[in-house]
Amino acid sequence: MNTNQDQSLIFELSEPGRISYSLPELDVPDLDLNEWLPEEFNRQKEPELPEVSELQLMRHYTALSKRNHGVDSGFYPLGSCTMKYNPKINEDVARYPGFSSIHPLQEEETVQGALEMMYNLQENLVAVTGMDEVTLQPAAGAHGEWTGLMMIRAFHEANGDFNRTKVIVPDSAHGTNPASATVAGFEAVTVKSNEKGIVDLEDLKRVVDKDTAALMLTNPNTLGLFEEDIIEMAEIIHSAGGKLYYDGANMNAIMGAARPGDMGFDVVHLNLHKTFTGPHGGGGPGSGPVGVKADLVPYLPKPVLVKEDAAYRFDYDRPDSIGRVKPYYGNFGINVRAYTYIRTMGPDGLKQVSENAVLNANYMMRRLQDAFVLPYTQHCKHEFVISGKKQKKLGVRTLDMAKRLLDFGYHPPTIYFPINVEECMMIEPTETESKETLDEFCDRLLQIAKEAEENPEVVQEAPHTTVIKRLDETTAARKPILRYQKA
Amino acid sequence: MKHRYLPTTERDKKEMLETIGVNSIEELFADIPESVRFKGDLKVEKQLFEPELIRYMSKLARKNVNTIENASFLGAGVYDHAIPSVVDHVIRRSEFYTAYTPYQPEISQGELQAIFEFQTMICELTGMDVANSSMYDGPTALAEAGLLSAGQTKKKKIIVSKSVHPEARAVIDTYARGQHLSVVEVDAVNGVTDLDKLKEEMDDETACVMVQYPNFFGQLEPLPELEEIVHQHKSMFVVSSNPLALGRLTPPGDMGADIVVGDCQPFGIPAQYGGPHCGYFAVTKKLMRKVPGRLVGETKDEVGQRGYVLTLQAREQHIRRDKATSNICSNQALNALASSVAMSALGKEGVRTMAEQNIKKAYYAKSQLENAGLTTVFDGVYFNEFVIKLNGSVKEMNQKLLNKGIIGGYDLGRDYPELSNHMLVAVTENRTKEEIDTFVKEVGGAQ
Repeated sequence: MNTNQDQSLIFELSEPGRISYSLPELDVPDLDLNEWLPEEFNRQKEPELPEVSELQLMRHYTALSKRNHGVDSGFYPLGSCTMKYNPKINEDVARYPGFSSIHPLQEEETVQGALEMMYNLQENLVAVTGMDEVTLQPAAGAHGEWTGLMMIRAFHEANGDFNRTKVIVPDSAHGTNPASATVAGFEAVTVKSNEKGIVDLEDLKRVVDKDTAALMLTNPNTLGLFEEDIIEMAEIIHSAGGKLYYDGANMNAIMGAARPGDMGFDVVHLNLHKTFTGPHGGGGPGSGPVGVKADLVPYLPKPVLVKEDAAYRFDYDRPDSIGRVKPYYGNFGINVRAYTYIRTMGPDGLKQVSENAVLNANYMMRRLQDAFVLPYTQHCKHEFVISGKKQKKLGVRTLDMAKRLLDFGYHPPTIYFPINVEECMMIEPTETESKETLDEFCDRLLQIAKEAEENPEVVQEAPHTTVIKRLDETTAARKPILRYQKA
Repeated sequence: MKHRYLPTTERDKKEMLETIGVNSIEELFADIPESVRFKGDLKVEKQLFEPELIRYMSKLARKNVNTIENASFLGAGVYDHAIPSVVDHVIRRSEFYTAYTPYQPEISQGELQAIFEFQTMICELTGMDVANSSMYDGPTALAEAGLLSAGQTKKKKIIVSKSVHPEARAVIDTYARGQHLSVVEVDAVNGVTDLDKLKEEMDDETACVMVQYPNFFGQLEPLPELEEIVHQHKSMFVVSSNPLALGRLTPPGDMGADIVVGDCQPFGIPAQYGGPHCGYFAVTKKLMRKVPGRLVGETKDEVGQRGYVLTLQAREQHIRRDKATSNICSNQALNALASSVAMSALGKEGVRTMAEQNIKKAYYAKSQLENAGLTTVFDGVYFNEFVIKLNGSVKEMNQKLLNKGIIGGYDLGRDYPELSNHMLVAVTENRTKEEIDTFVKEVGGAQ
C-alpha cells in the first residue's frame, strides 16, 4: 500500500482476488494447458497486472482525469497544435457498430458504407487542398510527411534521378520535417528566415541545386506568417527539378482562402486531428492523409480506393506505388470523425473557421504586443509568436510565465518553439474560442507581465495552485524510472 | 449562417477588427498573393444539420456488416475480443481525449501516470525492461524495430520470416527502402520459420531477424532455437507478439529477444476497420536510449511529491530534428489508455483466463473441424488461430457463412499462392460453443 500523499498507481491498489470484469464460463470441453503446451511456451512467472474492482478502477481513472487538462477543461492555446473544440457528435458517430466493429479484412461487398465514407472524405480533402488525389493511409502528420517524401523520392528515381539527396527545411519548421527527411533517406538542409520571419529567397537560391529533392514548407509557417513569396519559391524549386511539399499542420488558417494545390505544392499532408477536429487523445491517435498532384499519383501507397459504377473497391494493382505505409487503410476511426465534422460545417462553414481563427489570433496579438516583444509586426494568420525578452532581463523566463498561466487554469502556449525566436511563446487560439475567453487570457498574461516587473518571485515560483509543483526533469533523465516495481 | 462551433458574434467581430486596426477580415488575408487567392466556394459536400447528419451517417454505417451482430471467425492480426464497458467510459472522459501530449506535466499528471502504468503493463507482459508510450500500430512498430536494429548494429540487412503478417512485411519493405536497407524474406515450413533457410541467410551484414509469436498462421515459433541462430551472428532478435497471448505464453523477453513489438488491439480497442489501433515497443535496458517515441519517467517535484514527466527527450524529433531516433510525434496515447483500462479490468487472473479460453476454444474448433472430415494443415502448437483446407474457394465459403450470420476466416491465397483455398480461422473467447458448432456444421458440411 502507498503510505504517503502521492496519487496511487493502479498497481498499489491491487489485491489478489479482485476483478472488474467477468468473462463467461468456458462453454467448450476444458483442456489441460500445462500438459498441452510444450514446456518452453508454458509461462511460469505470471505478469503482474493489477487486481481491482470495477468501482476502484473507475475511481482511479477518474482521479487521474482530474489531474489532466483538456480543451473541455479550459483554454488551450498551444501553438501549431490547433487545440480546437472536439465535437461530441463525432464521438457518437465513430462508435456506431457499423464503423467501430468492422474488420479490415472483411470482403469489400460487406463494407461498402465504410468505403463510401472514405471516398467522400478523400474528395472533400481534394477540394480543400486543390490536389488531384488523396490517400488516407498515413496515421499522423509525421507519418504523412515521410509518406510524401517517399513518393517524391520514387518520382525522382522513376526519372532516373538518383542523386537528389537533399530536402530543404526552413529553420522555423516543425522538428518532424527534418526527422521525416532523414527517415525517408534524405539529408535535411536548412534554409534561413529573413527579418520578416519568412523564408529568405536569397538563402533559398543558395541552398537549392541539382541535388534538391524537395522543399518542405508550412504555410502559414510556424510563426503564423504567410509565406508571401510562395510563387517565387515554387518557381525556384521547380526550375531546379525539385518538388514542393506542404506541411498541412497550419491548414486551419487558410481554408477557403487559398489552396496549396494552387500555390504550386506537389504534395500535401493534413492533420485531421488538428484542422478537422479529431481529438488529440493525450498524444494521439491522429490521422495524416496525403494529397498529391497528378504526376505523383502513380506512387501513392497501395491499395488505392476507387469507385466503379456505384461500388467501391481497393486497387492493389499499382506497380509504381511506394507500397504500404501502414497496415489496412489508415486510422479509419479518426477519419469518420473528420468526415462528420466536414459535413457539419459544409463549404461555407469551413471558410468561416479559418476567418475566425485568423481574426482571433490577430486580436490577441494586438492586445499583447505592447507588453511583450513582437518580433514580426505584420498581420498574422491563425497563430503568432511573441518573445519574453523584456521579461527575461527582469529575471523572469518564458518558462516561468508559462507556469504562472497554470495558476489561472490555462494550458500555456507552445514555448521555445520555433527555435529561431528567443524566449518565444507561440499562441494559437483557434476559432472555437469566444472573445470573452481571449480577453480573459490576455488580461492574465498582461497581469503576469506586470508581475514580472513588480513581483517577479510570484512568477518565478509558479505554479502555486496545481496538484504538483515543478518536477525534477534532470534526475528523471539521469536515473530513469520508466516502470513501476513493487517495493 | 451561424455555426455552433463558432462563437464570434457580429458585435465581437466589429470590436476585434477595431482593436486590430483594420476594416475587414479580408484585410488580414491581404498577404496571400492575388494570383493564388481562392475564389468561390470550396467543392466540399454541403452542410447537414444534426438530425439529417445522424440519419445519413447511420445509413452509411448500416451498409457495413458488423462483428457485433455477426459471429466473426476473422482474425489475421485484428481480433474480436470482449471489451469491458468501463473502457469506453474512461476514454470518453474529455480530460483525457481532448488533451494533447503532456508537455506541461503540472496539469498533465493524469495522462502521464496512465502512460507510466501502460509502460509497466507492457513490460510485465513481454518480459522486457523498457516499453514506450505507444506507436501507430504493430506493423509500423516492427518496421521501426528494423531501423533501430540497423542503427545499433551498423548493418544493412533485415531478415523477416514469411510467417510474419503480410501487411507488416509490406510496411517493413517501405520503411527499409527509405533507409537503403535490404530485406530478405525466409520461407516458412509447416507453418513456422524454416530454421535451415534462416541459417543460410544469416551473415555478418544481418542487422536483425524478425519473427512473429504467435505467427500469422497462429503457430508458436520456436523462439529458443531462433534466438540461438540470431545471436550467433550478433544480430538483433526482434519478436512481434500479440500481447494477449503473452498472458499465458512464455514472453519473448524470457527467451532472449532484444526488441518486442506488437499491437494492443486485443486489449480494449475495437477493430474499427483497421485503425486506430495501438502499437507497443519494448526493449532491453541496453537499448533504452534508442527507443523511438515518447517515454514517461517517474520523478519528484520541488516538495518531494511523486510525479511523472516525459523523459529522455534527447532521442526525439522536437529536440534532435534530423538526428532523432524516429520522426514519430503523435502516437496512439488514447488507445494505450484504453488498453491499460482493459488490462486492469480483466486483471491478472482475467488476462490469463482470457488467453487460456482463446487456446481452448481454438482447440475445440479445430478438433471439431477435423472430426467433421476437414483437413487442417500445420501440426504445431497454436494460440487462437489455425489453418484449414477447403475444397472450394474461401470467398464462396464466406458468402455462404454470411447468410448464417457468420463472418468467415481469412483467405490465405491472397498472400500465399501455395495456400489458395486455405482459410485462417480465428476463435476468440467471444465465440460461443453454439457459434463454433454452427461454423463447423456449415464448413464441414460443404466438404
